[in-house]
Amino acid sequence: MTRYTSATPADRAEMLATIGVESSAELFEQVPEPLRLGRPLALPDGMSEAEVYERLAALAARNADAEAQVCFLGAGMYDHYVPAIVDAIIQRSEFLTPYTPYQPEISQGGLQAMFEFQTAMSELTALPVSNAGLYEGPSSVASAGYLAIGATKGRKRFVVSRGVHPHSRETLATYAVGYGAEIAEVGLEDGLTDAAALAEAVDAETAAVFLQSPNFLGAVEDVEALGAAVKEHGALLVVAVDPMTLGVLKPPGECGADIALGEGQPLGNRLDFGGPSFGFFCGSEELIRRMPGRIAGETDDVDGRRGFVLALQTREQHIRREKATHNICTAQALNALAATIHLAWLGREGFRELGELLVRRTAYARERLAAVPGVELLHGAPVAREFALRLEAPVGAVLERCAERGIAAGYPLGRDYPEYEDGLLVAITERRTREQIDALADALGAAIQAEAGELIGHMPNNPPEEA
Amino acid sequence: MADDDANYPDELLYHDQHDWARLEGDEHAVLGITWYAQDSLGEVVFYDPPEVGTAIDKDSSYAEVESVKAVSDVIAPLSGEIVEVNDALEDAPEKINEDPYGEGWLVKVKLTAPAEAEALLGAEEYRKLLEKG
Amino acid sequence: MEMPLQRERAQTIFEKSKPGRRAAVLPAVGVPEPPLEELIPARLLRSEPPRLPEVAEPEIVRHYNRLSRRNFDLDTGFYPLGSCTMKHNPRLNERVAALPGHARLHPAQDPKRAQGALELMWLLQESLAEICGLPYVSLQPSAGSHGELAGLLLTRAFHADRGEARTKVLAPDTSHGTNPASVTMAGYEIVKVATDERGGVEMDDLRAKVDGDVACLMLTNPNTLGLFDENIAEIAALIHGVGGTLYYDGANLNAVMGHSRPGDMGFDIVHVNLHKSFSQPHGGGGPGAGPIAVSERIEPYLPRPQVVRRESGNGSGPSFDLDLDRPKSIGRLRGFQGNFGVFVRSYAYILSLGADGLAEASETAVLNANYLKARLAEGRAGKHLPVAFDRHCMHEFVLSGKPMKRELGIATLDLAKRLLDFGFHPPTVYFPLLVEEALMIEPTETETKESLDAFAEAIERILVEAEEDPEVAKQAPYTTPVRRLDEVKATRKPVVRQALRD
Repeated sequence: MTRYTSATPADRAEMLATIGVESSAELFEQVPEPLRLGRPLALPDGMSEAEVYERLAALAARNADAEAQVCFLGAGMYDHYVPAIVDAIIQRSEFLTPYTPYQPEISQGGLQAMFEFQTAMSELTALPVSNAGLYEGPSSVASAGYLAIGATKGRKRFVVSRGVHPHSRETLATYAVGYGAEIAEVGLEDGLTDAAALAEAVDAETAAVFLQSPNFLGAVEDVEALGAAVKEHGALLVVAVDPMTLGVLKPPGECGADIALGEGQPLGNRLDFGGPSFGFFCGSEELIRRMPGRIAGETDDVDGRRGFVLALQTREQHIRREKATHNICTAQALNALAATIHLAWLGREGFRELGELLVRRTAYARERLAAVPGVELLHGAPVAREFALRLEAPVGAVLERCAERGIAAGYPLGRDYPEYEDGLLVAITERRTREQIDALADALGAAIQAEAGELIGHMPNNPPEEA
Repeated sequence: MADDDANYPDELLYHDQHDWARLEGDEHAVLGITWYAQDSLGEVVFYDPPEVGTAIDKDSSYAEVESVKAVSDVIAPLSGEIVEVNDALEDAPEKINEDPYGEGWLVKVKLTAPAEAEALLGAEEYRKLLEKG
Repeated sequence: MEMPLQRERAQTIFEKSKPGRRAAVLPAVGVPEPPLEELIPARLLRSEPPRLPEVAEPEIVRHYNRLSRRNFDLDTGFYPLGSCTMKHNPRLNERVAALPGHARLHPAQDPKRAQGALELMWLLQESLAEICGLPYVSLQPSAGSHGELAGLLLTRAFHADRGEARTKVLAPDTSHGTNPASVTMAGYEIVKVATDERGGVEMDDLRAKVDGDVACLMLTNPNTLGLFDENIAEIAALIHGVGGTLYYDGANLNAVMGHSRPGDMGFDIVHVNLHKSFSQPHGGGGPGAGPIAVSERIEPYLPRPQVVRRESGNGSGPSFDLDLDRPKSIGRLRGFQGNFGVFVRSYAYILSLGADGLAEASETAVLNANYLKARLAEGRAGKHLPVAFDRHCMHEFVLSGKPMKRELGIATLDLAKRLLDFGFHPPTVYFPLLVEEALMIEPTETETKESLDAFAEAIERILVEAEEDPEVAKQAPYTTPVRRLDEVKATRKPVVRQALRD
């Protein structure tokens, strides 16, 4: 079996002699006898590398991935093209295998990578301070809640738009139990946050207001306009954003957001069935000492060389312990590096160009699909890369039929929004060609017709044929 | 700073959590941290003063002083209400290291229980306490 | 004399930007291209694109390759960070994680079409349950601290379900900083428990502090001193006696895999660090994963969704699903299902080692640590860096640099910095707080005897050096890409991004 150890019987004998014991069992004597397992673990024996590979490949083969099915699934994670240099660089031992940079003199690679990442995310969101990343989008939202409670000196109320990702809303609710905070949800009107209801909901007890743009239904919110009500009461405005849209959409920092955060997966990271990815977290200068997570800072060494260190460590758990701004230790550094490389590869022009491509292909897709009989738009609000439809046939059945044609047609909104049982969320990336979009339109049309046919087929005077 | 730089002015009163008080008249006192406290902490990088008007209690923490690798609670040697804070420390927290009893003063308070001063240590007693530790 | 990497001034990728350069060639749009303002109102559009660097691909590759060489890494050398378990990261695991069936699978794919992924998760859950000795596992938490928060929220739900609102959580003074930080995030108050002269929990102190207001006791066993607490059964009885939960921080699981199980020790909730004992690469600070294993009584509160296995009933074999129907669940802790890519690697590792290999890994980890401890004690370290608790350790041990400081005039920090010149990553320094001038050393099982000997020899040389001239260590390192950095400056006036001219 593969063990990765090297202690031969000769090595062991020497080591035991140096320690001064007869066997390694003596070293385990500190484990009281009743607590010693005394039997092998009930797990299979170890396998050769080739066998492990076969086993994992067999499992992989039973998944309909984006190579098996054209992927129009979004809902926060997207089938973007990750350039080959990302893999090549993040697979380097020097980036893949070190620990968190506690000894900065030999961690300048990692620390500078964090500094570059922080710069990139600050540019994207137009907020001056970024941390080096958190786990993913939804828990970053929950982390913002913790910050807001501290920053508002103990206010314990969160106001959240129903347009915020359901996973983010749920995660915030889970964490809020620990914070002792309550959550008020504001509904949507025609796909966008109900502005009047939002203004109504924010009060002097509100620590933070959470918006998402584009929201879960793909609609681009007018964050600036919505934000006015928030500022009036001294609450923090927290905006979750899709980083891939920040080449074309007005960044949260220019819309009055105090904190901009979100799911970083579209930048440089694979789908990986949902993780690992990273969450980004950016804020205003005033909030720097309350930020969660690692932050790399610039400085000089004793000889005047430019270098980087973990800055403001007194915020963190290893120093501040119970008063830390967050409990995070291991984050997602390698995934953040992947994002930085991807952003450098896209570059200033490419990033903007990609954003524009997404908007245009999305507009095309939306128009094409809305024209399909049995399909209509769920809302008409402006969209950037994802949009919501209503289907005149059961969404599950339609998805099944599309899957049989090799297309994952989209995300069934009924999973999270009972009021949109007939809703389908369709996502566009630069990998979704016009041809694929046209094929989706055909598949949807055919599926809806077939379902209608099924229905007609089951009407009382048309009994179903014998199978 | 070497240990021979350590100094504990005779005219001040000391708290065993390494804070000093300078009485001003019957009702006021200026507070700060001792040479030992700033030396243990290392170079101070951040101090966020409490607000004027805050009530502080003897033996309780009223602020924090931060170095790069540590955070220290500042303990009130006497109870009172803060009437003045040393704003200069926001831009120059290192004054706490350089001149802990002068420019590194932290707050001035109006005392609510002046008799508490009797429980504090004199310079000699405080020096003895440090030698033991 | 300047080393080559030292001569290279650090330059961020942004500073290498030249207008007009680019790497990406994007596909043609292929659809009509109306002005953006016709699709999205102008006031919602960005006027100036973000100032990302303009560089061509060869430049990007060269930049990050050169940058990578300013890192010391585990593939290159010994990395004995205590409680971090820096064991070898097998490349097989990277190969299987990259299979498109895993890597290009969308998390919202219909579970029917993600059976391979869900089965893998279920198999990993079962394996971890066996290793931990607790039947129910959630893979959702993204790291150890995330697992800790989950455990505390589970505890809260457990007590709330019994109509109780307890306020305190106990943890030893040797606990990792994430423990108290998680306690506060979960809305509890931390109460510290003292350590006795054997290095275990001080039982009298514990007895005095355990009462009906204690929701939970958080421990790791062996603890951060590398010592197995022989009183663990009594500790478990005490906390269970007042109806509290017992939480295991799995950071030190590498010491006991296959030999002892936290579930059998009496723990209710265990988190496992897949990036420690289960070989997930550290990545310079993540990604990792912190799955939790829990007892029967905690199961109802597990996060949602849970991966479940269902018998089909019609003879077509079991199927796997994401179960959302969990009425007492604490809810979600994050998006989707967790760090699946990490699960693939860890599962491959468990398959590779098997029952025998996992037990051998722990045994060798403990052997290596005790060997290194004994080797060091034979040399000058025996005098200047004595072990904090004089008994056999498990997978790690803690030395105190207090005598070294007094006798030779160099601190643990200086020793650590001088080790960098010898080509080693230093052990963990100044933790646990209980030991003055602490040095926490965990070699792991994947180091050869020669590697351990070389480390012991380096320590010996540094101590000899210090006997002659303490200044050498105090000014170290000399050969690293940068030398000691001004952390005061970095924190006083933080500069956390590259300044850019418009």
